[in-house]
Amino acid sequence: MSSRVISPGVSSDGPNVRSLEAPGLRIGERIIKGLLWLAATLSVVVTSGIVISLLVPSIGFFQQVSLADFLTGTIWAPAFADPSFGVLPIVVGTLTVVFFAILIAVPVGLSSAIFLSEYASKRTRRTIKPILEVLEGLPTVAIGLFAFNVLTPVIRELTPFLPWTGPFSIGVAGITVGLLIVPLVASVSDDAMRSVPMALREGAYAMGATKFEVALKVVVPAAISGIIAAFVLGVSRAIGETMVVLLVAGAGNPVLSFDPTKGIQTMTAYIGSTATGDISQGTITYDSIFAVGALLFLMTLAMNILAIRMVKKYREVYD
Amino acid sequence: MADDSGYSSRVAMPARTRTAVGGAREVTEAMLASGDRRKRIRGVIFVSILLLGLTTALLSIAAMITWAFVAGGPRLNLDLFTNVPSVVSPETAGYRTAIFGTLYVIGGVILLIVPLGVGAAIYLEEFANPKNPFNRFVDLNIQNLAGVPSIVFGILGLAFIVRGPLSLGFVAAAGSLTLALLVLPTVILASREAIRAVPSSIRDGSLALGATVWQAVSRQVLPAAFPGVLTGVILAVARAIGEAAPLLLVGAVTFVTFDPSFFEGGYSTLPTMIYSYAKRPQEELQILAAAGVVVMLVLLILINSVAIYLRNRFERTW
Repeated sequence: MSSRVISPGVSSDGPNVRSLEAPGLRIGERIIKGLLWLAATLSVVVTSGIVISLLVPSIGFFQQVSLADFLTGTIWAPAFADPSFGVLPIVVGTLTVVFFAILIAVPVGLSSAIFLSEYASKRTRRTIKPILEVLEGLPTVAIGLFAFNVLTPVIRELTPFLPWTGPFSIGVAGITVGLLIVPLVASVSDDAMRSVPMALREGAYAMGATKFEVALKVVVPAAISGIIAAFVLGVSRAIGETMVVLLVAGAGNPVLSFDPTKGIQTMTAYIGSTATGDISQGTITYDSIFAVGALLFLMTLAMNILAIRMVKKYREVYD
Repeated sequence: MADDSGYSSRVAMPARTRTAVGGAREVTEAMLASGDRRKRIRGVIFVSILLLGLTTALLSIAAMITWAFVAGGPRLNLDLFTNVPSVVSPETAGYRTAIFGTLYVIGGVILLIVPLGVGAAIYLEEFANPKNPFNRFVDLNIQNLAGVPSIVFGILGLAFIVRGPLSLGFVAAAGSLTLALLVLPTVILASREAIRAVPSSIRDGSLALGATVWQAVSRQVLPAAFPGVLTGVILAVARAIGEAAPLLLVGAVTFVTFDPSFFEGGYSTLPTMIYSYAKRPQEELQILAAAGVVVMLVLLILINSVAIYLRNRFERTW
């Protein structure tokens, strides 16, 4: 534009030509914009709040326990008279849950996604997708109770050769978390596969490929970054799952073990069960909740950033 | 066979060409029809595996709902809603105070997430310059927050809301605020999606007629995006209703025998009460926990169905 408006309401071409710009400062508009900005910025405040709330007690914690002892110690006994804060047992507990969860969620979620995206008719899709969304919306307490009362006995019956002891099992907890994240894995990978352009499929069909080959050798590789994102998000969700683990793997037995038939404590179960007990502020046990929380936060943060990147990648390619 | 095919009957061509076309067609059809036998079998096996996966997912939902009704069946009566929690008389104990607690907590959540979530979404979609580094940071930050484990929000609630700067104590308001922060990213992401789906021609038309940005947004874009926004809010509320982990940290586990109030006194919610019952050894309390699961499942499936119905009913492709 060559002629800029100099004063509001009056154009430089002369007083008779009305400007298209707003005649006033539009204070109301600015206030609204400011309020909306505040709402958007709140998320930054929340993140800062999380970081501060984790960091401050953690600093107090790490003044008494060295970071090296914390990360490499193999004995987790915060409530003992002679407490020990080696976080490895509960990290291994968490990783066991993640392992079993992925073992279930990736095959089940991915095959559901391939079916919905490549094979299902529009009508089937419209019925099945909402059902999967219902599964995603089910409360974790409910799923945990179901797993404890039904899944654990059934799996026990099916595998009598395993050395089952006690009512709790971290392996079953992992399988349950796996079922819980199936919808997440399915919907993220379904989105990725559906954003693969039709032309790629048609090209393959024209070359004589079968439906099976198109799905597995064209669509899945083309959507691979989205599928990896689904996997990573699933891992992140499994790391953070609390109620299922509390109910199925039990609240507290922090031993370093890879045995899936035992009830073993995880990071989230430690936080959940310790914080509900009567512990006073300022003790090292209280601070240990925050140290474990900080570790949990960092683990999921890394996963989430990775997943966001992977999703962005396929969006950039196809959208 | 060449005469009944659409191509040769519509287009006149020499006999020799017709023969060639027919031959090519027969060869192609033969190839596609029989194909490689092994390939076809592989395809069938593949689809069966896919269906097996999907069936596993669907069956687990069915099994869960069935279990809840069977296990909780004996206690599905009015006592469940009208009686207060009790460990002494588990045969008649109920969820009365927990239901009130959930109502209070979720009421607060709705009051908080609607203005904050929709406001943030409007700002990011309509006002913010996407190239501005701060706005990009906010954007990334929201996506990240959506993936932070719920129990970490419990830690935030414990450190900042129950104690620390806000110091509300272990009250329903603290639970409300914690859950609101937890589901806020979900609301923002869903609302942004809905706002983005409104075609820019509507916005541009409004602006061209002299509306300010806010007028265009509030009178044209928001009404058009309303069903999508509403669906996002409903799904977030559903999630908040079922959430228990962060509430364990901000006090919602106590056996409350009086109706809670928002800013003082202990409180519990449906999912945390179910957890408290389930942790105890008595058989009656296990049945009670399962009955609580039924209540929650019915409530949540209802809410989710409304959300899905709204989305399918009002979904518009512009």
